[in-house]
Amino acid sequence: MTAVRTPPRTAPETPARPASRTPVRPRELTANDVVTMIGCAVSAVSLSWLIFSVLTGGIGWLGFGLSAFAIFLALVFVVTAEMVGVTAATDRIATTVILASAVLLMVPLVWLVGYVIVKGVPGLTAHFFTQDQKGVTPILPSSAGGGAHAIVGTVMQVGLALVWALPLGVLAAVFLNESRSRWRRPVRIFVDAMSGLPSVIAGLFIFAVLILPYAKKIQFNGWQVFSYNGFMASLALAMMMLPTITRTVEVVLRLVPDGLREASLALGSSRARTVWSVVLPTARTGITTAVVLGIARAVGETAPLIFTAFGYDLMNTNPFDGPQESLPLFVYRNIRKPDLSAIERGFTGALVLMMLVIGLFALARYVGRDRQRRRGNRRRPRLPTLGDQPSIGKQTP
Amino acid sequence: MTETIDLTQEAASPNGRGATPGAPTTIELVGGPPPGAATLEARDACAWFGDRLVLEGVNLVMPAGRVTALIGPSGCGKSTFIRMLNRMHELVPSAALSGEILLDGADIYERGRRAQDVRMRVGMVFQKPNPFPAMSIRDNVLAGLKLARVKCKQKDELVEQSLVRASLWREVRDRLDSPGGALSGGQQQRLCIARSLAVHPNVLLMDEPCSALDPTSTGRVEETIAELREHVTVVIVTHNMQQAHRVSDSCAFFLAAENEPGRVVEQGPTETLFSHPDDPRTLAYVEGRFG
Repeated sequence: MTAVRTPPRTAPETPARPASRTPVRPRELTANDVVTMIGCAVSAVSLSWLIFSVLTGGIGWLGFGLSAFAIFLALVFVVTAEMVGVTAATDRIATTVILASAVLLMVPLVWLVGYVIVKGVPGLTAHFFTQDQKGVTPILPSSAGGGAHAIVGTVMQVGLALVWALPLGVLAAVFLNESRSRWRRPVRIFVDAMSGLPSVIAGLFIFAVLILPYAKKIQFNGWQVFSYNGFMASLALAMMMLPTITRTVEVVLRLVPDGLREASLALGSSRARTVWSVVLPTARTGITTAVVLGIARAVGETAPLIFTAFGYDLMNTNPFDGPQESLPLFVYRNIRKPDLSAIERGFTGALVLMMLVIGLFALARYVGRDRQRRRGNRRRPRLPTLGDQPSIGKQTP
Repeated sequence: MTETIDLTQEAASPNGRGATPGAPTTIELVGGPPPGAATLEARDACAWFGDRLVLEGVNLVMPAGRVTALIGPSGCGKSTFIRMLNRMHELVPSAALSGEILLDGADIYERGRRAQDVRMRVGMVFQKPNPFPAMSIRDNVLAGLKLARVKCKQKDELVEQSLVRASLWREVRDRLDSPGGALSGGQQQRLCIARSLAVHPNVLLMDEPCSALDPTSTGRVEETIAELREHVTVVIVTHNMQQAHRVSDSCAFFLAAENEPGRVVEQGPTETLFSHPDDPRTLAYVEGRFG
């Protein structure tokens, strides 16, 4: 039998490139489509203007917008069905409706942020960050004085809250992820329930359980430790932070490969030492993210502070004695005042607070970035052999 | 092979850290395992996952200072058996076992015996390289000391000795402070071997140590195993017939029929098992006719 030789498959010397070969991207809108859409939009707006402003008495901007959008959809459908076909027209309508919902969703957020910026910027001066409200009277403009006492109070209260919540949160997460106790399920439900706790309840709880009974009775170093002060506020804030930190740390502990735990145990380590020396250091960046998210959760809370930190117009650098201001309280107390300058000052406080929260979230994204990128190609290793045996440390929820 | 490393020469190399030329390094570990290789013996060992018996009646002696290979198709209980040898089996929540595992004559499952002490004496290298990502190469090697609470004053010498024994010293001696995860897969596996060796275990268990590695890295690890023989008893699980043939002194063939627990079909010196085994199933397996 003679071997059949297939001709060598090589590309032609010069690849011909006829001009007629234009690349087609079927999912993209052509210029024609765009013009059609714009035309439909213009006719829809004109038509509803004609109907509702000229022929009838008008129905307000909301009704106008809704009817213009409905007319626009109908026009797009009819025109596209005529030009391309009914299937394409349906597709176009669905795309438009979904896109419109997405845009609509952005409106309140942009509005809110923009409103606070517009209202807050006039009062935002350099001395807002250095002065308190000493000597500020209602007749002075909003740029008088500053919110330094509120910033200091926020930093102290949130910092103290972190001191209480971080060790507890990490311990709880370790319990949920590393132990094999049958109490894990109830604890997880508790943590979930706690994350839904209304924040005013946290403040009320501290007020009722610690401040009311002990305020006048217990003093330390001359400080009224159990009266209105930053320390009490930090306890209430810690209650808000705890579930956030616990759940975030639990998620990152779950990402630590079981192979590392096994390797550590196989070297003769105890379970506790494995957690302390191997699991927690491996999850370090994730725990940092949890800290930032916990801070961001607590920094904007107002309700827990009303009956705990109470609020104060002057600088108080001792969180264990006397009422203390914080940024959310500063906003709350100023906006309730009758004078315009105070309301403007409140908006400036809100702007600073918002920048703080956005900055913290950006920080969390930045810190967590590395971990998220690696997560994609890291498979959770399993115990070898015998197919479907459960691996250690992994819980069955 | 040219890659084989002469231990004395390596230790005396001018770049070596703290090693005195020619002098044998004696490194003292306080609180570590007793010196020398140890004999492991399994007597009527059985293992369960839940109610399912997966391994039945294993009687096997793994003599001190020798390499014992466990071969057999997947799902026949080799890995379960090797995990019984350092009490890793019991970490699986539903696992149970019976029988005795004797380490130098003493049952490791004796009541009152701490699993941590057993695991310190019987080290383990896993299928997938698992260096600790948050630690440098040096810290990875020394991790066992920290984790098992073993004290050692000559840390630099210990790092060098362990890495030399794992045939990794020459490749990493200039970057001991870079992270362990930055090495190649084969290097990571040898780093894991070095990490296990640093606590001076009596036995080293290897659960398919080369199955995630390319042939070159596999060759390096096999050389490492050959050199380890004088310091520790090695028990290796492998799916690779040639590898078992190359590295081991004795061999045990595990087999599980369908819906039956795994058993040891045949055991003995590697040469005998590979050239003229008694059992026809062994012959079929080592010749590659099934499995």
